[in-house]
Amino acid sequence: MRTPLALAAGLAAAAALVALPHFLGRSGVYLLSYWVVFVVATMGLNLTVGYAGQKSLGHAAFFGIGAYTVAILMKAGLSFWLGLPLAALLCFASGIVVGFPALRVQAIYLAFATLGFNTAAWLFMRNEEWLTGGTFGIKDIARPSLFGVSFDGHRAYYYLCLAVAAILAALLYGLLRSPWGKAFTALRDNPIRAESLGVDVRGYTLLAFAIGAAYAGVAGALFAPLLEFIDPAPFSVGASIMMYLMVVVGGPGYFFGPMLGAAVGVVLPEWLRFAQDWYLFVFGAAVVLLMIWLPDGLLSIPGRLRARREARAASAARAAAAARLDGGGR
Amino acid sequence: MSAPLLEVTDLRKSYGAIRAVAGVSFEVRPGEIFGVIGPNGSGKTTMFNSVLGQIAPDAGAIRLKGADITGLSPLALNRRGVGRTFQTLQVFGRMSVRDNLLVAAQEHRGSMFSRMFAAPDSGLGARADALIDLFRIGHVADKPAGSLSYGQQKLVDIAMAFMSEPDLVLLDEPCAGVNPSLVGEIAALLRELNRSRGGSFVVIEHNMDFVMGLCHRVMVMVEGEVLAIGTPDAIRADRRVLDAYLGN
Amino acid sequence: MTDLLQLTFSGIATGSIYALAALGFTLLWQASGTINFAQGEFVMLPAFAMLFFAAQGAPLPVAFVLTIAVAVAVLGWAFKRGVVDPLFRHGMMAIVVATIGLSIAMRNGVRIYSADAHPFPSLFADKLLRVGGVTVSLADAGTLAFALVLVVATQAFLARTLTGRAMQAVAQNTESAAVLGINVPLMILYTFAINAVLACAAALLVTPVYFGKFDMGESLGTKAFFAAVIGGFNNSRGALLGGVIVGIGENLAAAYISPAYKDAVALALFMVVILFKPQGLLGRKEERKV
Repeated sequence: MRTPLALAAGLAAAAALVALPHFLGRSGVYLLSYWVVFVVATMGLNLTVGYAGQKSLGHAAFFGIGAYTVAILMKAGLSFWLGLPLAALLCFASGIVVGFPALRVQAIYLAFATLGFNTAAWLFMRNEEWLTGGTFGIKDIARPSLFGVSFDGHRAYYYLCLAVAAILAALLYGLLRSPWGKAFTALRDNPIRAESLGVDVRGYTLLAFAIGAAYAGVAGALFAPLLEFIDPAPFSVGASIMMYLMVVVGGPGYFFGPMLGAAVGVVLPEWLRFAQDWYLFVFGAAVVLLMIWLPDGLLSIPGRLRARREARAASAARAAAAARLDGGGR
Repeated sequence: MSAPLLEVTDLRKSYGAIRAVAGVSFEVRPGEIFGVIGPNGSGKTTMFNSVLGQIAPDAGAIRLKGADITGLSPLALNRRGVGRTFQTLQVFGRMSVRDNLLVAAQEHRGSMFSRMFAAPDSGLGARADALIDLFRIGHVADKPAGSLSYGQQKLVDIAMAFMSEPDLVLLDEPCAGVNPSLVGEIAALLRELNRSRGGSFVVIEHNMDFVMGLCHRVMVMVEGEVLAIGTPDAIRADRRVLDAYLGN
Repeated sequence: MTDLLQLTFSGIATGSIYALAALGFTLLWQASGTINFAQGEFVMLPAFAMLFFAAQGAPLPVAFVLTIAVAVAVLGWAFKRGVVDPLFRHGMMAIVVATIGLSIAMRNGVRIYSADAHPFPSLFADKLLRVGGVTVSLADAGTLAFALVLVVATQAFLARTLTGRAMQAVAQNTESAAVLGINVPLMILYTFAINAVLACAAALLVTPVYFGKFDMGESLGTKAFFAAVIGGFNNSRGALLGGVIVGIGENLAAAYISPAYKDAVALALFMVVILFKPQGLLGRKEERKV
């Protein structure tokens, strides 16, 4: 991150993200906004899963809680700008509640518990029509405006999403650099040692869930006005698994993993449209192969290559030393 | 004589019919390196884990600086100035060596909330660098701890226990699986840390030369009980100790 | 009252099918630490294999035997060698994610082949039995009996035969089993084979009710998973109990609460078990590993 080259690459990427909508049509900008929303959601999941090591298969539930909070509040006449922080807050609180099982059960059982929570949340969204509209969903969710600036247009709304994502990315970057980031990582790598070093395992576990959930809540709050319509479908267990896959594909515990993973998860399906019926088959098979060949995600490739190069250099050095010894012995 | 730092009184722990620890009492003085030896199954590890809050003893009292700490969690013990190492390697594999050291002490700085906005090194950079120098691991300080050799990881592991400048450090077989030249190095490091920082250590170890050369006093445990406590010379001269090791 | 009894009985019958899938689930877990989220598709695939063989003119029993042979090779051997073995060192979540991917691939692969619901011949005549005022369909009674026989036979095989006991030794402690000279990889392969056979049996029982369809495994897999967790992941008898509980639960919830919350009872129980007794109703407690 500190080399000028990386800085230049970062600036170029930022410029591209700002300029890109002007070269894209309506559907292209929509897809880009979709990607940004999922980047926000998976950044949160990356904190929970990738950095803190808490296996969560229920992230889409928080995403849904955020979306429904904003949709319901806006339908009740409240402003989006009130709904957004409330969605984040409600998800933060739900994250703490869902985090409690993580204090009792670990690893795979935690994944099961979060999966169960998601199923319950989804059943609620589907069945409680009085609140959520059930399978009919909530229609005509308006896009917000701020100080007379309307975000109704597809490009304007994209910039709103991008701005929120940039702020949240900066906050996350700061958090991960702070002592909290190290505590989360310690929790993931070795909770028992962490506790013996004074790391409050309980507190950080709950925080990892709550902060991750709050990110999903903000993503959901952006998602509802983007689609202008929500129903329970995008918040199912399947969607949680999809988000988990995005994190894994990008590289769990890598800061830019979610950007890459969400791109693969959101944009690739569009590109694979030509495959039509074969798309999901190819996708499923690709997941299996990816787990076998690249379990730490795409961003682990550079590190892997470096490790291989170092190993090769070391073995070459050994061989050279052995050859020298042989020569000396003769 | 000064008041003891750690006082263990009549500690007992049974697993069913097996009395793992059967009434162990000892004290560790400030600045002392206290060795614990004994054949396998003599209850050393059970005693250790009871003191460290990993398992709950059936009976007995553990006091630190006069305060009762029996049954406190590992977290609470650490906050009171008790550090430890584990028998097996326990480093944070994907974090750099320096971050391993920083995280080992940062939780003693301020409140959890204040740490959210603290500098990345929590103001502990100089302390970490001092330990990195002492342990001579500067050339790997920025590498992920998991990528180091076993010996280097062992050094990081031990250094972490000293980061928060604890009053008492319990080391569980610091020489397990370590090559002979590194054993000497670890002994020298512990001696240096004891001299310069004045902390007390409790060391469980099978390597007799290491224990006898390092510790001020040694406790011998057999079948859950204390057989003898004394200086290395006194222990070496004790017939009962020889019998315990060679007799059976 | 008779309603309640009838609902309970048909719930037990459905639950016994879940139990078959759940039993394979727990066996895989015990022997190799594999959590197979494609278990539902492992039932769907044999259903289509049987339909395929039947379409070639094979009578049902022949189709069943052929399917078992194919399933042992594909869902047993190939699954273990191709997916589980290479993933084992990456830990459980990698296997979970990969088997989810596998289930998506299997489901959509079959959808390309055929997206229709195929009727499947029932093993049992369409007859009603009257037992003391309660009406019971022959299909329910037969399903229950068949599933019970299979579960008991699997149990007996594990407990009574030399091979079965070796398999249990592997499940309990792989290292000691290896020291004792047990061929660990072979025993694990046997477990995968048994899972495949149980899946074929479940397909034979469930397809007449659900029809052969590419997505028939989706809910079946979830139910089997719930059943396995509720009963106890590391206990084969738990799978039977869990399956029956899930079967009864969904029947009663649909009738007395709301069809929309049909799955809520199993879900609630699943959550309670995970949080308060993660080893399951019949499972042993596992030591926490450092």
